Amino acid sequence: MSDQFLTTFLFLSVVALTVGITFWASRQTKTATDFYSGGRSFSGFQNGLAIGGDYMSAASFLGISGAIAVYGYDGFLYSIGFLVAWLVALLLVAEMLRNAGRYTMADQLAFRMNQRKVRTAASVSTVVVSIFYLLAQMVGAGTLVALLLGVDSEAIKNITIVGVGVLMIFYVVVGGMKGTTYVQITKAVLLMLGSALIVVLVLAKFDFNLSSLLGAAAENSGKGDAFLQPGLQYGSTLTSQIDFLSLGLALVLGTAGLPHILIRFYTVPTARDARKSVLWAIGLIGAFYLMTLVLGFGAAALLDREAVDPAVGGNQNLASPLLAEAVGGGAGSTGGAVLLALIAAVAFATILAVVAGLTLASSSSVAHDLYKGVLKKDEVVSEKDEVRVARIAAFAIGAIAIVLSIPAQRLNIAFLVALAFAVAASANLPAIIYNMFWRRFNTRGATWSIYGGLISAVGLVLLSPVMSSLPTSMFPDADFAIFPLNNPGIVSIPLGFLLGYIGTITSREPSAEERFTELEVRALTGAGAEGATHH
Amino acid sequence: MREDDAVTTEAPDQAARHDPVYDRLHESSEFTELRKRYRGFVIPATVAFLAWYLLYVFMSNWAGGFMAVQVVGNINVALVFGLLQFVTTFGLAFMYSRYSNARLDPLARNLEQSYRDQAGTTGKRGQA
Repeated sequence: MSDQFLTTFLFLSVVALTVGITFWASRQTKTATDFYSGGRSFSGFQNGLAIGGDYMSAASFLGISGAIAVYGYDGFLYSIGFLVAWLVALLLVAEMLRNAGRYTMADQLAFRMNQRKVRTAASVSTVVVSIFYLLAQMVGAGTLVALLLGVDSEAIKNITIVGVGVLMIFYVVVGGMKGTTYVQITKAVLLMLGSALIVVLVLAKFDFNLSSLLGAAAENSGKGDAFLQPGLQYGSTLTSQIDFLSLGLALVLGTAGLPHILIRFYTVPTARDARKSVLWAIGLIGAFYLMTLVLGFGAAALLDREAVDPAVGGNQNLASPLLAEAVGGGAGSTGGAVLLALIAAVAFATILAVVAGLTLASSSSVAHDLYKGVLKKDEVVSEKDEVRVARIAAFAIGAIAIVLSIPAQRLNIAFLVALAFAVAASANLPAIIYNMFWRRFNTRGATWSIYGGLISAVGLVLLSPVMSSLPTSMFPDADFAIFPLNNPGIVSIPLGFLLGYIGTITSREPSAEERFTELEVRALTGAGAEGATHH
Repeated sequence: MREDDAVTTEAPDQAARHDPVYDRLHESSEFTELRKRYRGFVIPATVAFLAWYLLYVFMSNWAGGFMAVQVVGNINVALVFGLLQFVTTFGLAFMYSRYSNARLDPLARNLEQSYRDQAGTTGKRGQA
């Protein structure tokens, strides 16, 4: 019982800390620019930390280390895709987006195209991607809390989901981008320190010899050397291999199309700071994924298979927390209880920071793109009015996420995240890249690539074994799985690019080409870009 | 929010708020050089890292025997290959940072300065 008390105490400390930060930040949030982009006054380093906080989700912290603990090497494949993806953001997206837009992903398209159409399309895809990602995080939170309290009750899970939902609405409505950013920075620091502590303790058990850690993991896994080689999770049939390739594509191309990541580039004063933030983020995220490697193999080496392997009744998402307990002295020891509670609280902070970023991205898009850009396009909308709508949107999206999360608990978290990446890569990335590099690109090209990528990614999943035909499907008794892969990226990403191309060449829109001159100059030089605001 | 009045117009009107300063900058040799240098780095770099990453994915899928070869102790080719992806990502990020500081930023700063100088004379600031 005292262990539960400690866990609860640390969870509440995380909540109190983030709520305090949000109240503090709210006093500095006055204008629309403050609300959407924190006054563009964060430094590259601060924003780098916040990007890390926004990006390193519970799916990474609990999911990847759990996947390595169960499937060995195959779990590591996720980390690599998630990291290499940042080069797309660094080289092709971050700086140009910072210079060309103001608050949302749609800004840089609306710069030279039909406002109403491209803002609607970009907003729809922003909300869809964010909701999938939100569901993954909230379902994860419910599972985590229930398991840590040692009660597998639906009520606890639902209470947690509602609690997380209320908190994320609170961060966004009260703190805006400033509050959200500080919550993310806090989380990034907690996550890095917490992980580093466990990593050092794990490595110490193996005299800091990676080879002996791997050897112990392979032996304890019962799978021998195969545990250290690719193939355990994805198998060796051609379908599963293509499925893996498809996943790999979505991971590497999805990051630079995730709306909650894109809006982070607007929080710094210049494109050079946006570049610096991505460099910091790459360092931080890379270091973190190297740590998950040790956490995962450490869990494989030190924990009982029954604890983590779902094939024998374990829960892979608990690999990191249970590993913390083991290296702290084991179950029943004070050290074990303290570390378990600590890592659980870090995981909880992780979830809170990510859901806040997602809620902010989608409510910004609803207010700035749909309300101001589409609904009120012929009227002057006051800043106050726009921010009020953004706050209402945060309530609405939070409520929708809560309502959808409760039945979504049957869905696999990793799959929801992979789907969000696939939609981001298929719908958003083609539009962003074409817009920056292709003079001819126009409204029809943008809307076709966004809707085409979005509909094909989601549609293919509906027709995949994820939904039907297998015992593990959502509807195991039905069979409408005409698409054999779980991951749609290999079809939907090229399709998004292709539709963007076809849409463009079948339509003429001279003004879009003319405005490209301005966009290009602005994107590359920062001439006329939005600057920081000063209070 | 004066700038926003311009944002909320339809595409046909986009040309109307076009600032001629941008055309002059676009045609300057400095801008052509900046764009050439930028694309000259990021396009080959993107092709290279995507190819390198896809090679890794393909090898993981279809070269299991090679990936399983042990290099030192329990550390096999698959792990080294994966860690090399980290090394190349850090390395390329570092190279781009140095390249842009030295070769892109000075040009971009000059162009932005001439935008500031000229925008004053046409009486129209950049919009959107």
